[in-house]
Amino acid sequence: MFAAEAAEAVSFPLLPALVLVPLLTAAVIGLMPAERDDYARIIALVGSTITGALSIYLLADFQTADGGFQFVVERDWIADLGLSLRLGVDGISLFLVVMTGVLFPIGILATSADHDAKPYHLWIMVLMAGSIGVFMALDLLLFFMFFEIVLVPMYFLIGSWGHGDRVRAALKFFLYTMAGSALMLVGIVAVVFLTNQHTGTVTFDIRELASAQALTTNEARVVLLVFALAFAVKVPLFPLHTWLPDAHTEAPTVGSVILAGVMLKLGTYGFLRFGLYLFPQAAHDLAPVFLTLGVIGIMYGAIVATVQRDLKRLIAYSSIAHLGFIILGLFALNSQGIQGAVLQMVNHGISTGALFILAGWIYERRHTREIAALKGLQKAAPVMAGVFTLVMLSSIGLPGLNGFVGEFLILLGAFSGARWWGIVATSGVILAALYLLWAYQRVFHGTPDQDNAVMPDLRLSEFLSILPLLGLIVFLGVYPKPVLDRMEPAVDELITHIEANVDDFVEPEPAPVVEQDQRDLLVEALHEAEEKAEAAGEEGE
Amino acid sequence: MLAQTIATPEVPWSLLWPFLLMALGAVVLVTLTSLVPSLRTRGFAAFYTATMAVGSVVSLYWIWNRVQDEGGRIVVLDGALSLDYFFLFTAGTISLAVFFAALLLDDFLRREGLDGPEWYVLIMLSAAGGLMMAAAEDLIVTFLGLEILSISVYVLAALHLRRRDSQEAGFKYFVLGALSSAFFLYGIALIYGATGSTRLSEIDAALFISNARGLTPAEDSSLLLAGMALLIVGFGFKVSAAPFHMWTPDVYQGAPTPITGFMASAVKVGAFAGFTRVFLAAFGRLGNDWRPVIGAMALLSIVIGSFLAIKQDNVKRMLAYSSISHAGFILIGLHSAGSIDAAVSALGSRSVLFYLFAYTFMVVGTFGVATLVGRHGDGAHGLADYAGLSSRQPILAGLLVVLLFAQAGIPFTSGFWAKFGVIEAAVRGESYVLAGAAMVAAVVGAYLYLRIIVSMYLTQPAVEADDVAGPGPIIMAPAATMAIFFAVAATLLWGVLPDVGGDVLRDAATSFLR
Repeated sequence: MFAAEAAEAVSFPLLPALVLVPLLTAAVIGLMPAERDDYARIIALVGSTITGALSIYLLADFQTADGGFQFVVERDWIADLGLSLRLGVDGISLFLVVMTGVLFPIGILATSADHDAKPYHLWIMVLMAGSIGVFMALDLLLFFMFFEIVLVPMYFLIGSWGHGDRVRAALKFFLYTMAGSALMLVGIVAVVFLTNQHTGTVTFDIRELASAQALTTNEARVVLLVFALAFAVKVPLFPLHTWLPDAHTEAPTVGSVILAGVMLKLGTYGFLRFGLYLFPQAAHDLAPVFLTLGVIGIMYGAIVATVQRDLKRLIAYSSIAHLGFIILGLFALNSQGIQGAVLQMVNHGISTGALFILAGWIYERRHTREIAALKGLQKAAPVMAGVFTLVMLSSIGLPGLNGFVGEFLILLGAFSGARWWGIVATSGVILAALYLLWAYQRVFHGTPDQDNAVMPDLRLSEFLSILPLLGLIVFLGVYPKPVLDRMEPAVDELITHIEANVDDFVEPEPAPVVEQDQRDLLVEALHEAEEKAEAAGEEGE
Repeated sequence: MLAQTIATPEVPWSLLWPFLLMALGAVVLVTLTSLVPSLRTRGFAAFYTATMAVGSVVSLYWIWNRVQDEGGRIVVLDGALSLDYFFLFTAGTISLAVFFAALLLDDFLRREGLDGPEWYVLIMLSAAGGLMMAAAEDLIVTFLGLEILSISVYVLAALHLRRRDSQEAGFKYFVLGALSSAFFLYGIALIYGATGSTRLSEIDAALFISNARGLTPAEDSSLLLAGMALLIVGFGFKVSAAPFHMWTPDVYQGAPTPITGFMASAVKVGAFAGFTRVFLAAFGRLGNDWRPVIGAMALLSIVIGSFLAIKQDNVKRMLAYSSISHAGFILIGLHSAGSIDAAVSALGSRSVLFYLFAYTFMVVGTFGVATLVGRHGDGAHGLADYAGLSSRQPILAGLLVVLLFAQAGIPFTSGFWAKFGVIEAAVRGESYVLAGAAMVAAVVGAYLYLRIIVSMYLTQPAVEADDVAGPGPIIMAPAATMAIFFAVAATLLWGVLPDVGGDVLRDAATSFLR
């Protein structure tokens, strides 16, 4: 195995390339003369597509059955501080990398800058480098650096190309997130230092830190809380979410897509990799707190989304609800829950990304995001309505589409690992149907009035640019096996790690997963969801 | 032992090159230009000064080899100066600051129609004082260095003869500076009274003996503690740490912009070098007595620097507050350096040194941009003057963004590693509260840099900038632009590869370990 890894690293440094290609693209864009900024978009498109292709190559080259980190690259950085440039992916981060790699070119293709295309695309490419880096970092400090650096491009994207009160939204986003992670740096150094006290080695390597488990229970709890603060702002968990609606709403379309699709996942991924993996005992002890906040997020996000007037704001709040599900799955602390959570991270990226792209297109045509000002778009733009329907249903979690698989696994996991939270969360599924269908109905149904009647439908190029996402929505809904197969070994390893390091903890007996039963459950859930959708639809009519 | 064999009464001229280049170089420059009027063209003095600065760095390399041969430390002039790795590192940083100051000043003087080599003469003299402080092995020599450093800068601050602000700044700086010097001198007297010496090594030895007698220093001599406190006041003033920071905003705002850059870099490095040396070499054993004071000052500086900057509208003033907050971070490093634990102490010294080094580039570059944006009359320093800079001068704006993000401690800039070093040392010393509070306050501080960036990128200028009545267009003067480019390049280089030159840093950081 190790030999294979070494050979991989020597033959082609795939993981560094995933960071360096977008970075080089950014440099190329930066060096271009300002007056030729029409080329910026093409260069960015090429660079991000190459990166996306590399990430798919990574997927193809990934050893399915191996639960450990693959393609590992290590370079000394500051040797005596134990810092290295360590990159690697496992079955968990793999799909987040691929999702990032796919979402960026689509985001660039589907939107365009209304002014200053050169810096716009430059920042997007820097953002891409940073966000891919976060998911691959195996070094605690390197992770933190990527985690922080992504703020800069996003800050400029919101501030320069956003709408409305963009400067305020950008500032709020930057300072809020930075405040969340201010203590994290102290926490990181503390982990390394305390581990050093017990083991004598100084290292920022998360694998070594995780296997050492040198912190006392209380130390681990404090550090986890400090980390959690940074992640909770990013996710965002319930009381720390207030930056998100502003940032999402005021951001340019591509900003919203990346924010929702990729950057929120930095928080949940952080919880998974630097919470559960580094501090299993503390995570287990504090799980009720996070479960509760997650469930509050589900309910709160859904309820607040229902009453939004602004389409983008509605989608933003729906993100809070979806991310609540992911937290629920993670802290159910069993294989199904975590698999569902990881899958849902990817699903949410795809479907919410697509929703934001669609909302952006509507805004481009109608110059408003007010739900009340939109009406009967279905008549004027049937193709867009169809696309919207599919994406929306995926977001609701309709069986047969990707959202269902993730949510179903999460709830399955929650029922065995965190039953009461799971029960409350289930009602969130209904609410999701409510707010999305209601919004859909208001925007697309009815007879269009003047402006809405003449809204142009999707252009072919637009349709083609969103097509890959539609394909993924259906594919992952119908046949999630390839994804789950690659994810499972890594998740199982994580569960084993948690079991080994948490006193008196065995993975909660999963819900009976005999083939037969599962199929029954699926069928049942399928019926249930259909009824729900119908009910909500009728209610809407 | 070693020290005694080297410390011969005669002067080892060859080891004093950096001092000679700066101090005698200044004298030569003033003589030359008064005797040969044709040399009074502006370019010559700048070139001369930059050459002296480079020469100083080269001579430091030569001395470095000698110091290595002698086991890491050469004490010269009968124990007045100690040439060790710590000196070499800080002296190198000060020389760099001189180099940058010369580049910035040349264009500035041309633009302002100011004349004369005296700016350069004073800068070199001031740097000579800074070098003395970095090497001083005797409190009296430290004081001499401090005065040479300060008096030159008082004059420099007031040297923009046509601007009243500049005069005011010089005057304020002088009055408060003189007061702090008095504190400092009184502190030396008390310490002499308590220990019988002004020599750092002898003070340390006296403390060792009193410890050996089983006396804690506190009962041994309250005189000593009072002396130390007064020294902290004196140094605290020079490094502009709260609560001795009051002069900083006014002086930074009023002084000619390149000089402000010089004050924030060379003066700060010199003062911190003296501060660190005195408190580690002489009072290292009393760490537990002075560390709490330093810690409190550090926290206060960061909080004041971060919070008071929020309401400012003048960029130079904002940067003054930011410099107070940076001084606070460096003090956290000094706080760790005072630890009894050798590992923590080494990390602390290292963080102080790296911070000073990184900050020099950042702050020189930042004030370099401010110099250019200040335009004719050196008055356009309001936030509004930066509005829309990204479209008028995209390159300049881009460079400033890097420097500002570096000061905010954003990763992949040297500023991140500077903060990281300080935090690391503090956590190793188990000063979690100090580290945490500093990081939280730093977020507030980040708002200050973001405001400048907002102004540059996200705000349109109220009136057309190249208005006839306005201060004229921004001229990208070649030497200054080059200096800013250097500064940004260094900031990014050490941001991505923080371990470049790491060995030199490590050696310097362990100079005071017993």
